[in-house]
Amino acid sequence: MPKVTVDGSEIEVPDGATVLQACEIAGKEIPRFCYHERLSIAGNCRMCLVEVKPGPPKPQASCALPAADGQEISTNTEMVKRAREGVMEFLLINHPLDCPICDQGGECDLQDQAMAYGKGHTRYEMNKRAVTEKYMGPVIKTIMTRCIHCTRCVRFAEEVAGVEEIGAVGRGENMEITTYLEHAAQSELSGNVVDLCPVGALTARPYAFEARPWELRKTPSIDVMDAVGTNIRLDSRGREVLRALPLLNEDVNEEWASNKTRHAVDGLYRGRLDKPWVRRDGALQPASWAEAFEAIAAQAKKAGDKVAAVAGPLVEAESLFAVKKLLENMGSTLLEGRENGMDYDASSLSAVNFNSTIAGIETADVILLIGTNPRWEAPLVNTRIRKAAKKGAKVFAIGPEVDLTYPGEWLGDDAALAANLPEAVTKAFADAERPAVILGGGGLAVPGLHAASLALVDTLGLVKDGWNGFNVLHISAARMASLMLGWAQPGGTADVAAAKPELLFLLGAEEARGVDLEKTFTVYIGHHGETGAKTADVILPGAAYAEKSGTYVNLEGRVQTGERAVYPPGDAREDWTIIRALSDVLGNTLPFDSLDALRDAMATEVPAFANEGELADYGWDMPKLDAGSPSGEIAYPIADFYLTNSIARASNTMQRCSAELIHGEEFAEAAE
Amino acid sequence: MLDDKDRIFTNVYGFQPWGIDAAIKRGDWDKTKDLMAIGQDDIVEQIKASGLRGRGGAGFPTGLKWSFMPKESKDGRPSFLVINADESEPGSCKDREIIRHDPHKLIEGALIAGYAMRARAAYIYIRGEFIREAETLFAAVAEAYDKGFLGKNACGSGYDFDVFVHRGAGAYICGEETALLESLEGKKGQPRLKPPFPAGAGLYGCPTTVNNVESIAVVPTILRRGAAWFAGIGREKNEGTKLFQISGHVEKPCVVEEAMGIPFRELIERHAGGITGGWDNLLAVIPGGSSVPLVPADQIMDAPMDFDGLKDLGSGLGTAAVIVMDKSTDIVRAISRISYFYKHESCGQCTPCREGTGWMWRMMERLREGKADIADIDMLHEVTKQVEGHTICALGDAAAWPIQGLIRHFRPELERRIREQAGANDDGDVLEAAE
Repeated sequence: MPKVTVDGSEIEVPDGATVLQACEIAGKEIPRFCYHERLSIAGNCRMCLVEVKPGPPKPQASCALPAADGQEISTNTEMVKRAREGVMEFLLINHPLDCPICDQGGECDLQDQAMAYGKGHTRYEMNKRAVTEKYMGPVIKTIMTRCIHCTRCVRFAEEVAGVEEIGAVGRGENMEITTYLEHAAQSELSGNVVDLCPVGALTARPYAFEARPWELRKTPSIDVMDAVGTNIRLDSRGREVLRALPLLNEDVNEEWASNKTRHAVDGLYRGRLDKPWVRRDGALQPASWAEAFEAIAAQAKKAGDKVAAVAGPLVEAESLFAVKKLLENMGSTLLEGRENGMDYDASSLSAVNFNSTIAGIETADVILLIGTNPRWEAPLVNTRIRKAAKKGAKVFAIGPEVDLTYPGEWLGDDAALAANLPEAVTKAFADAERPAVILGGGGLAVPGLHAASLALVDTLGLVKDGWNGFNVLHISAARMASLMLGWAQPGGTADVAAAKPELLFLLGAEEARGVDLEKTFTVYIGHHGETGAKTADVILPGAAYAEKSGTYVNLEGRVQTGERAVYPPGDAREDWTIIRALSDVLGNTLPFDSLDALRDAMATEVPAFANEGELADYGWDMPKLDAGSPSGEIAYPIADFYLTNSIARASNTMQRCSAELIHGEEFAEAAE
Repeated sequence: MLDDKDRIFTNVYGFQPWGIDAAIKRGDWDKTKDLMAIGQDDIVEQIKASGLRGRGGAGFPTGLKWSFMPKESKDGRPSFLVINADESEPGSCKDREIIRHDPHKLIEGALIAGYAMRARAAYIYIRGEFIREAETLFAAVAEAYDKGFLGKNACGSGYDFDVFVHRGAGAYICGEETALLESLEGKKGQPRLKPPFPAGAGLYGCPTTVNNVESIAVVPTILRRGAAWFAGIGREKNEGTKLFQISGHVEKPCVVEEAMGIPFRELIERHAGGITGGWDNLLAVIPGGSSVPLVPADQIMDAPMDFDGLKDLGSGLGTAAVIVMDKSTDIVRAISRISYFYKHESCGQCTPCREGTGWMWRMMERLREGKADIADIDMLHEVTKQVEGHTICALGDAAAWPIQGLIRHFRPELERRIREQAGANDDGDVLEAAE
């Protein structure tokens, strides 16, 4: 622990800390552009210069200088002040004065630091440099004239996203940041460079010219595009969510978010259900809430206890709990959350959980992927696996070969391999201290592969003191909460079909694999008019994730709550209130009149829901399953990363991402 | 005046073939095995004792630099010697002559120096534009391998050593040692942050020493003739012989080996045939390649040409590329051209150099024409101070110094142009309306 002096006060800093970190510990603000905690040190902006003794009689870049015992660091001397002014002046001489039309305005590091550390006037009278536009794809808008060459985007693409597609060409003042051959950035994490960019060179294309940051109401929320539970901030103005940005959570998403998380929000305003509909004479017709409820009540009377419910991927725990109680009152427990017909064993939650935890998988030293493409199924888990791989973890994978952004050994796509691993794999696991297996949706879909993977717990020694290396990677944000609330039948939706329900609730579910929705009286409660609504007999318009306060449990069992950012459109209501009102009409009123009361009731039944932000404790309990003999080719569940749910499918941005990045369509830019 | 018997580069004029047989006749590769038998640490000590300072420009003691290399590899990483033949400094042309006419001095030096620092191999990074020189070097290395002087059991010493020649792609910045390493690794040539220094983590993260061609090429001769002989030439702390490259307004521009500390006047009179138009016609001299400040005629004439002698004049020996300018020179234009060179060669990595070199060049162009204010001279000086010492590598300093030298010594000339230009306007030129 070196002791250093910062501006006269002596402090102790951790080993390996830099001078910049030492100054931060001492509470001194050091301006910077290129330095970022999660990226390698570049030391190129020269904004963080400080005076350090002993050392050469010139200012030192504090971001790159290790703190050493006995250093005297000065952050407020004349030399430091002049150095900062000088660097700021250099940064500004070729930076355009287009702040009034720049989307970064108001949240621009260059603006802020120019105010704090700049000279206040310019001595440069010559022409400013202009840089030709670069195309970076559907989510990144570029105005490269504004670039200050901090190379944060280059380092992010290379180090975190693992796709070497952004770099610098040219040298000196002709250096330009560009993508490889000016192709669209392919990475599903590329949107993060917009947040990293300290100036307005890289801004969000879908958000271009939408709003100023001070106009926006900022609401903390939880993302539902995958099962990671990315902590996000929804920025809204009036009734509209304009953008989603990641919030810092070291355990979950660090400070990243996938492009889908960021840019699917425009899907909240297309294809929405904004009034109730009732099927009359074979056609869906607009109705009032009372008419819709009456239609359901009439059918409920006929159905008796032949009632079932199937939930979709975006539903929060509160609605799941409310529907569960509604059905209980009607005498049914026929609940199923896996709309696509999967029927893996869910009797033990720990056997379907990501037990290593998202942060923990970073420390694994051998990882076997079974039927999962984490890059698409959970991009932010993939970055963690990438970190492990960079630290030297060996990665093996069973499934069709894809580019995971880190080296892995592909064993083949036959599910039988899991029961009969090659010797190289078993050898690597035998030597491992923190071995991990990750079973994905593609693996869960193969009969017997779940059991075969669980068998690896013993044969590969996945569970040891302080380490549980058995992981299931879900892709649905509602999955863990629905399993915790008992939304799983032994046979999946096939059980629902076999029961021939006369009243079927589709809670945001677009399908119920095996159930003939045309012939079943279905009530669709949800926000987008897709396939689930098309065949429904009654449609009750619900709220999307931005429009309700909801609890979600992510793939590692972390209970997280998001707040409501905006109100649902038209007559649509928050889902739990719909169910509460319906229960009234059905004559068996649910015992909660507020969200808090509902949450209390839910926490009484499943205590884990009370611990927001915490991991639910599932214990470790291996279900007794017949040793499976899986076989057949594994197929990944996601065919198109950008179109995995109803919000994303309704989003223009996601449609364009899909067309351009997945299907290779060309979008010519109009000449300005 | 250096006696012929004390010359190290006996074929620098190219009067004899460069090939290995001729080189052996000149004494190269003579009992190299015995030189290596001196022992690794003793070779380093001898080089330290000889007082050899790096010939690439900075003048860091070579023996001391070698002693930073690890004596044993604790983690299995090999060590490397990298030889900087990316000679791109305007005015410098000594490494080129060595490689053209005496490549075996360099290759033998690489073996001995590499052996002394326990390197596994030497990489010679040669400037991309040196096409014929690279061909010579490739052929010379092949000759040395054929004779068994390199490779397994090099020179029968029992030491395995390889020499690889790598051609650059023509970037001045790749002559900076860490940018050279980046380029050698196949990356964009940009200097690295220091620390870590190359001796700790250099090429491919392994301990590396980067030396200039001349520093390495003189090593075998120093060991053959003894450190005391080398140290006996020149002044204290500026010992030995040096290749001077005299260009510009002299009667006979040349590359010549001379003793360090030779007075400027003697150097020019004896080897370059004098200044064009005589000594009264001398305006200024850039004594060490484009990156050192110029020295006006009256100060340079009798100054000793070595590291400390020129440092006392506010300049430096650099690579000993002596650029002589007589009174026909437009000195402002000359420095402006140098500013353009640095603007063109800035790698663009760090802010002060990327933005400052362009600004400085544009200001210099204004001053060249006199289309500026007197106050602009001070502003330009301040801008050079904002670049100097604020950058990752020394290119920022190198871009700032020539301008600082100009302002220091030729401020009256700059002011004259401004006044003349202003006067011309007063005499009836119609002023342009502001746009």
